[in-house]
Amino acid sequence: MSQPQAWVPVDPRSRPSREQVLAGLRGTDAGGPELVQLLTPEGQRVSDPRFDGFVDDVDATALKSLYRDMVLVRRFDREANALQRQGQLGIWVPLLGQEAAQIGAGRAMRLGDMAFPSYREHGIAWCRGIDPTELLGIFRGTDHGSWDPLTTGFNLYTIVIGNQCLNAAGYAMGQRFEGKVGDSESAEATICFFGDGATSQGDVHEGFVWAAAYDAPVVFYCQNNQWAISVPLERQTRVPLYERARGYGFPGIRVDGNDVLACLAVSRWALEECRTGNGPVLVEAYTYRMDAHTTSDDPTRYRLADELELWKLKDPIERVRVNLVREHHVGGEFFDEVTAEGDELAARLREFCLAMPEPAPDRIFSEVYAEPSPLLEAQREEFLAHHTSFQTEEA
Amino acid sequence: MVNLTLARALTDGLRAAMERDPKVLVMGEDVGKLGGVFRVTDGLQKDFGEQRVLDTPLSESGIIGTAVGLAIRGFRPVCEIQFDGFVFPGFDQIVSQLAKMRFRSQGKVPMPVVVRIPFGGGIGAVEHHSESPESLFAHVAGLKVVACSNPSDAFWMIQQAIACDDPVLFFEPKRRYWEKGEVDPDATPPPLFSSKVLRAGTSVTIACYGPLVRTCLDAATAAQADGLDLEVIDLRTLSPLDLGPVFESVRCTGRLVVVSEAPSEASVTAEVAARVQQECFYSLEAPVLRVTGFDTPYPPSKCEDDYLPDLDRVLDGVDRALAW
Ligand SMILES: Cc1ncc(C[n+]2csc(CCOP(=O)(O)OP(=O)(O)O)c2C)c(N)n1
Ligand SMILES: [Mg+2]
Repeated sequence: MSQPQAWVPVDPRSRPSREQVLAGLRGTDAGGPELVQLLTPEGQRVSDPRFDGFVDDVDATALKSLYRDMVLVRRFDREANALQRQGQLGIWVPLLGQEAAQIGAGRAMRLGDMAFPSYREHGIAWCRGIDPTELLGIFRGTDHGSWDPLTTGFNLYTIVIGNQCLNAAGYAMGQRFEGKVGDSESAEATICFFGDGATSQGDVHEGFVWAAAYDAPVVFYCQNNQWAISVPLERQTRVPLYERARGYGFPGIRVDGNDVLACLAVSRWALEECRTGNGPVLVEAYTYRMDAHTTSDDPTRYRLADELELWKLKDPIERVRVNLVREHHVGGEFFDEVTAEGDELAARLREFCLAMPEPAPDRIFSEVYAEPSPLLEAQREEFLAHHTSFQTEEA
Repeated sequence: MVNLTLARALTDGLRAAMERDPKVLVMGEDVGKLGGVFRVTDGLQKDFGEQRVLDTPLSESGIIGTAVGLAIRGFRPVCEIQFDGFVFPGFDQIVSQLAKMRFRSQGKVPMPVVVRIPFGGGIGAVEHHSESPESLFAHVAGLKVVACSNPSDAFWMIQQAIACDDPVLFFEPKRRYWEKGEVDPDATPPPLFSSKVLRAGTSVTIACYGPLVRTCLDAATAAQADGLDLEVIDLRTLSPLDLGPVFESVRCTGRLVVVSEAPSEASVTAEVAARVQQECFYSLEAPVLRVTGFDTPYPPSKCEDDYLPDLDRVLDGVDRALAW
């Protein structure tokens, strides 16, 4: 009979102590030796025999395309942030710093795959072909999500932390029940996005259990950005998050979430595992929330500016730029073009936002039920009569 | 006498309760270092330490479930749920354990737990940040449900809720957090589970609570110009209801309008209407009318001015009651 392995606590030198982090003295920034990385923060391509094969098609053109994705996504994120500051949006949830984690995962998806985002996944939306203008309604308060989840393969944003992990597990169970798992070209997978804080929610754990119980083809993609609003990672877990997968009986892996190439490779691997029947898989993309939690948040109350400075050295976009210049001899013209394209996108976003129509007054009553409800019909009529009486008074 | 915002009155009330009883704990997401997203717990962790003000892991079931355990151990936890729409992961613990522990143990294990919930709309927020779930809890035996509407009540009611040996769901009108009012720390407050006549009148009675109390008082002022004299009653306690003052008022006015942001179906306002028609049947000159949020999910915030009962809709309800 095999002996249970002795439990080895996390090497205390590899990361700051819980006490230090909870006291706000030092943030976690070292991913540890387990981190999968293909592009160093200095922009050097390093080899990882396990994953090189998953990105051997990424030539200069493909890398330029990933760079472009990240720059454009960051540019519209900054524009939306500014639009909130100018009162055009009620709130914005910035993705600053998480571009590689999202573009890597988003570009690994195939057409038939399905994504279950939380609320920060603007980069995944981008990869699913959802125009950034379509995200604005949620934050301006004109809708709860304007895209079609079924045709885009991108579920609506989920704000209640963790809910979507069970929804994703269920969707993936459906893919399996319909025979969409196998090695054919038509195989499908699901990918579910959530944060480090979310890993404390029951729904996330239950999602792991259900996905494992039904061999569901779902990649649980945790963007560990080190913070859940003001609460540091150390309040949520004692072990690195990716290690938790083992307890549920499926593989877990930690990838440098600021390395778009590694995120692409690991996500392709994980999705392929799922498509071929080896799911679920947990991916921990180790990254950093470089901005406030949302535009309503004030991070100076709980974390030190030093921490941000450390992470700026690992910027996800800069390392690709350096690599393109040094290893692929890409000239300044390309970068200027992408910057200009970003400015155009930002201008288009702004113009669209300022011209967004108010929702129709009876939007409140629309699509609550499949079948008309007498109670709601009565309320709707009463409301419209009341509404019209004011319109005529004002006219 | 001090002039405080509603949020600050809650902070001061929490502080007073914590000073009085070392078993009082504050726990929730971001309540410590950040002081809560509305800053209601601002400064408490600094002054009382991390063992009395807990920045918890992100899990509402965990917050309520461990509070139940802490209460079994003799603590008096005050849980913060960050927004109304996030109480549901903790709903099971609230309904299955918190509400029933006293009954199951036949009084051997009291549950002096307070669950603070900022509720209601009107702040232009995204989904799940503007809901009014109070009726769901009022429906559960074993829970007490209260809603404060002004700084003075906030200051006293939070202390009384903490002193109560039953679990109290404590609803805070988030869009009124920044409104100021007089608080007299030397006053003797009315009992927690009592309603209060805020404005005496003879034409029509209005019963309301939480964020819409201000709205109804403004409606009463506006109606005065038309020669109407509205009586406004702040229910304050939703379970148990204290309807004595409402019955008394209705016996005089003969007309009642019940107002809430929450939808009407199977709600606190429905309960008030049912009991008033039962107690005051022969005094009523008109059916009890309700002015409430519509029976739909909370809409996108650009629609919320239409969704939320406002002064005009309250006055419209008054007109309908009078025209009956
Ligand atoms: C059930 C629930 N509780 C609380 C909240 C409020 N809230 C919004 S985001 C957040 C922190 C989430 O942290 P994490 O999961 O790490 O994701 P991140 O925002 O860092 O991307 C909290 C507590 C919520 N949205 N849902
Ligand atoms: Mg996080």
